[in-house]
Amino acid sequence: METAQTDKKPILDVDGLDVKFFLRDGTLNAVRDISFALYPGESLGVVGESGCGKSVTFLSVMRLIQVPPGKIQATTLRFDGTDLLKLTEKEMQQIRGNRISMVFQDPMTSLNPVLTIGKQMKEVIKLHLKLKEPELEDRCIELLTKVGISEPKMRLGSYPHQLSGGLRQRVMIAIALSCNPTILLADEPTTALDVTIQDQILRLIRSLAKDLGAATVLITHNFGAVAGTTDRIMVMYAGKIVESTSTPDLFKEPLHPYTRGLLKSIPRVDKEAQEKLFSIAGAPPDLMRELVKGCAFIARCPVGDDYCFHHLPPMVENRPGHFVSCWKVSHAA
Amino acid sequence: MQHSENKLLQVKAMKVHFPISLGIVGRKKILYIKAVDGVSFDLAVGETLGLVGESGCGKSTTARGVLQLYRPTEGQVFFQGEDLCQEKGEALRRKRQSMQMIFQDPYASLNPRMTVKDIIDEPMRVHGIPENKKERLERVLELMKVVGLNPTDVHRYPHEFSGGQRQRIGIARALSVRPEFIVCDEPVSALDVSIQAQVINLLEDLREQFNLTYLFISHDLSVVKHISHRVAVMYLGVMVELAEKNELFAKPLHPYTQALLSSIPIPDPAVENQRTSIALEGEIPSPIFPPPGCRFHPRCKRRKKICSESAPSWKEVAPGHFVACHLVGN
Repeated sequence: METAQTDKKPILDVDGLDVKFFLRDGTLNAVRDISFALYPGESLGVVGESGCGKSVTFLSVMRLIQVPPGKIQATTLRFDGTDLLKLTEKEMQQIRGNRISMVFQDPMTSLNPVLTIGKQMKEVIKLHLKLKEPELEDRCIELLTKVGISEPKMRLGSYPHQLSGGLRQRVMIAIALSCNPTILLADEPTTALDVTIQDQILRLIRSLAKDLGAATVLITHNFGAVAGTTDRIMVMYAGKIVESTSTPDLFKEPLHPYTRGLLKSIPRVDKEAQEKLFSIAGAPPDLMRELVKGCAFIARCPVGDDYCFHHLPPMVENRPGHFVSCWKVSHAA
Repeated sequence: MQHSENKLLQVKAMKVHFPISLGIVGRKKILYIKAVDGVSFDLAVGETLGLVGESGCGKSTTARGVLQLYRPTEGQVFFQGEDLCQEKGEALRRKRQSMQMIFQDPYASLNPRMTVKDIIDEPMRVHGIPENKKERLERVLELMKVVGLNPTDVHRYPHEFSGGQRQRIGIARALSVRPEFIVCDEPVSALDVSIQAQVINLLEDLREQFNLTYLFISHDLSVVKHISHRVAVMYLGVMVELAEKNELFAKPLHPYTQALLSSIPIPDPAVENQRTSIALEGEIPSPIFPPPGCRFHPRCKRRKKICSESAPSWKEVAPGHFVACHLVGN
């Protein structure tokens, strides 16, 4: 899919997003002053390790962060022209699940165990699309068919525990797509599933979103999952975006030392096994503690020096469309 | 890996069934969950056997059956020539010293109220080796160094460590009694990508250093391919294929192995966009009522009449390459 990013207006425009949690033990700065844009119909992958802020970023966009202890600040947080931070909770509910919808990691805990699938689907559709029976049921059956569930009519009467993990995730996708969203956020949608199912679910999300013309955001720690299903990838580390570029470009020529290290450290089935895996030394920094003034990756970086330690690297467009935040790269180019 | 005489472990037609009783009064109907239903394999000294399969296929139950944490319903498990299934009590407990386990979740497998010292020390204390307290402490400190922990952290508690460091504590604990055989049950699944590689490298180094033998369970086929010498694939309580790793990944013979391998996403868009995956129809059947004949036949695209009638035998189709499928090798 082509995303000409210059002549299109972004559907989601984020500038200077900063999310903090004020906790008993101190302040956790989960997302630190990040800016990005999402364009209509595009498929964006967000990759990073646990605690890097990838989920918090998009939960903030959905305003699903509890305030307090959380605090969301941004210069701009605009969805389709509306400033999301200025909306009341009631207005936000009009957008959530309707225009921006979300598929979560664990399909068991995100479905209500005491309600039938049909009831949970209808709840969303009734609220946003104001449909009544029998159109309501028809819409549910249509959606379940779309996500590849056989005997949809019978399934409407099933409870979540009667379905396998893969089927439950399909139901979640059906609910997320029920109101034809403009943006579909998928937060680790396949992590809880088996390999054979994972692949099917990823492809399903992509093809359905494409049909609807919805932009998708795939949040994951798995580089394999984003390689085949996204147009563009953002790599996050310690609450910051460190690199952002088109998917083929990122895999072909990763620039940030963190991205390079990560890609090298993943064992691959399509290659002869090496003697030794490459590994990045150390562990990600604790965001509860005071971070260094400069680049957060400095403690683990093979090329960083004293300058990186004291100066925060800006996001620089190294090549057209390829943004990277690293002194070593930006200066070399 | 050559099949020499120095086999450390030999598992023969092991079954692990769990009884379930239905009904409140009388508890009449007894059914069995056939979690493991006849698996056979062996392990040579210094070898790593990877065990893969989807959740619920019986990988972990197989490992626990081998360690006698679940007593196998049928079959034999020979460890250094002796059948563990016949052993019990003190004799079995003494055997356990040479068989240790590393668990998946480094958060749940360490007692939060014990210090690192107590955690690593506990197996040595239980087995009484070495008996001297001071010697044990020395060994704890040495082990911490071996697994890449800072010995000055010896009096800290698990919550003060990151996931990767906790897994190192778990590894040090397993190593403390100088085992020969270690079951690694999804040891890196709960870890972050950048930490996974560190722990995998550590496990490989330790194997060489101490001549360890691993049974390595994982659902991540890329990791298994990296660390194992041979790989076994399980489906619904039975083994469907076992071969040297490069052979298995290059020439999978069983239709299930083929589908499983085809569904692994590759972290490279150029390769990924070319990949065609074989989608499996339907769901994994219940292990209480497994399908007759070949257990995979209801989901197999190439099934024939015979597949639903008789269970395929476990045969060696090429040197060291075993497969259980009617369509292969005839």
